[in-house]
Amino acid sequence: MKKSVFFGALAAAGLVAGAGYAQTLQEVQDRGSLRCGVTTGLVGFAAPDENGEWEGFDVAVCRAVAAAVLGDATAVEFIPTTGSTRFTALASGEIDMLARNTTWTFSRDVDLEFEFTGINYYDGQGFMVREDLGVTSALELDGATVCIQTGTTTELNLADFFRANDMSYEPVPIETNAEAQQQYLANACDVYTTDASGLAATRAAFEDPSAHMLLPEIISKEPLGPLVRHGDNAWGDITRWTLNALIAAEELGITSENVEELAAGTENPEINRLLGTEGSLGEMLGLDADWAQRAIAASGNYGEIFNANIGPDTAIGLARGLNAQWTDGGLLYSPPFR
Amino acid sequence: MTAITDTQPDEGFRLSQLIYDTRYRSLTIQIIALILVLSGLGWLIRNAVRNLEAAGQDFNFGFLSNTSGYDIGQHLIEYSSQSTHLDATIVGLLNTLLVAVLGCIACTIIGVFMGVLRLSPNWIVRNIARVYVEVFRNVPTLLWIILVFAVLTESTPAPRAFRGEDPAASMLFFDSVAITNRGIYVPAITFEEGTATILTIVFLLSLVAIWGVRRWAKARQAATGETFPVLWTGLALFFVPVLLVNFILGGAMGLERPELAGFNFSGGVQLRSTFIALWLALSLYTGAFVAENVRAGILAVSKGQTEAAASLGLRPNRIMNLVVLPQALRVIVPPMISNYLNLTKNSSLAIAIGYQDLVGTLGNITRNQTGREMETVLLLMLIYVTISLTISFFGNLYNRSVTLKER
Repeated sequence: MKKSVFFGALAAAGLVAGAGYAQTLQEVQDRGSLRCGVTTGLVGFAAPDENGEWEGFDVAVCRAVAAAVLGDATAVEFIPTTGSTRFTALASGEIDMLARNTTWTFSRDVDLEFEFTGINYYDGQGFMVREDLGVTSALELDGATVCIQTGTTTELNLADFFRANDMSYEPVPIETNAEAQQQYLANACDVYTTDASGLAATRAAFEDPSAHMLLPEIISKEPLGPLVRHGDNAWGDITRWTLNALIAAEELGITSENVEELAAGTENPEINRLLGTEGSLGEMLGLDADWAQRAIAASGNYGEIFNANIGPDTAIGLARGLNAQWTDGGLLYSPPFR
Repeated sequence: MTAITDTQPDEGFRLSQLIYDTRYRSLTIQIIALILVLSGLGWLIRNAVRNLEAAGQDFNFGFLSNTSGYDIGQHLIEYSSQSTHLDATIVGLLNTLLVAVLGCIACTIIGVFMGVLRLSPNWIVRNIARVYVEVFRNVPTLLWIILVFAVLTESTPAPRAFRGEDPAASMLFFDSVAITNRGIYVPAITFEEGTATILTIVFLLSLVAIWGVRRWAKARQAATGETFPVLWTGLALFFVPVLLVNFILGGAMGLERPELAGFNFSGGVQLRSTFIALWLALSLYTGAFVAENVRAGILAVSKGQTEAAASLGLRPNRIMNLVVLPQALRVIVPPMISNYLNLTKNSSLAIAIGYQDLVGTLGNITRNQTGREMETVLLLMLIYVTISLTISFFGNLYNRSVTLKER
């Protein structure tokens, strides 16, 4: 009798552990909060403010998804991950999605079995040096000591760049951005390299940002975006179309201020479909009709999020550049909502 | 089944004896425990395999032959970003072994020294050693590593401080050693072409000679009782022949000084801050434990031994070397083996300061770039187990040689 209970328990445990990953939406709704993986702290992208509230460009994506799925933009549990722990956290189910300036690459998509659900920032790898080092180009960096976050694509690009230009360097491997900042400021490395946006954000946090400069070379393409696990397409769709909703909202002129007003119904059928007054897009996603309205209301449309966190008016001061709408000469282009 | 309480021994074997008979009970319990452990293990493996399957991942080590794509600062063998992940693993393994071997040597020296000092009759000396032991033993290793690294990088000048007309920092020892926040640059020994082999042979011959002198001196002392200055002859044999041959060859051996070139010093040998920090912190930390072992070992030798030796007219340092330490070794050696094991395993904390040891290369960068968590972690465990078992094996061999021989 006892034996059969024991083996029964074993079998049940095996079944539970072995069951697939295909109900993330259900899990999130049952739990009542979204577990979102973010960086351990990169001002502008994801960092806790003085009250301990997470805020930033990547954080806004998490909040939008939480608002769409749970109806509450604050129902997010932010889980800080480093460059080397992020994929384990996602693959093991510790987090539901990762929004952590992660570059969309072939092997991560195909071999690591992740699904990138869009691009929220088009970036490239750059170099930061001290102004008084007398260097004006990355091609003058032969023999330099370079601080680099391990387990990242920047690490591989760096090796390729120096190799292609027949230069040598001394890598100083580092786990987090804060550590890199400290090492760089202590002069333990001449150069800090990571995505140009990350460099700008890091420099903005320095005591004297003007003493440091970004070199003009951008040595790689770094399309950054949120990602989820393979194998749960419904959940992938939700994060993908939440991001698209933020991008489309900017294009269609929907802001956090007028979203409520527009949700009453407009002349524009695409706005109506997006905001749920027409058609049944929400239902197709397994959510209610107001999902996009809530996502946009959470922190605004893509442009509002950009301007509030990393735009020209913030300390980080990034220009829209490639991240402008396609109608303004940028690369942002949401597939149609129909 | 009803319980049978018959105690007659001659009725042959009954099933209930497995539980009620003390002759069989322990065996039964062990077999049941074994079955439980094995099925638990089987469940874990089955679970892992099923989960990997569900996540759509296979289990193979093919990634080891792929190009690694990343660079490693300290590589004792040829390595570039075009090498394979296996090469990166070997580079990491050698870095681990380097810091482990040097750490074991340093912690032994520190530990024996401090252990002996702790028993000194001088109050100040005794208590300095005591403070060292208590402070290092009671704070986690990781904190020591980070602290030493922080001190090294924050308190030393950057290479650029050596530049210019009136530099803020200058090199030591006739401009041959530079202490910077990226490490210590020391001169490297260079050989003129073709002379390296000759010098190596000469050096090996001097080592043989040192060994021979030691043997001869021991035999002579046993026969005649006269002592011979083995240490000084040994030191002379270590340096003089090589330098003599070098002189005959016309100064084939040279020193390459580190010089400022571009961003950093180049030439010479760079001892990276990460390496020094890890080595120093591990040696000091483990040295505190070794000191306690040594103290315990010395205290285990009866005081009468010391007094007897003193009454023969032996000087204190000879008493320590000839009478006390040889006997104390029997107590010291077994816990020393586990100290060496601890030091080796603690070297994996290198990841905190970016020293590229086995965990830094295979366990961090390779794991991350390939996403092969299961494989890399299993491989890491396998390698560490192998290293540890090797250390215990040789430690135990040595232990057997110093244990009390009963004749």
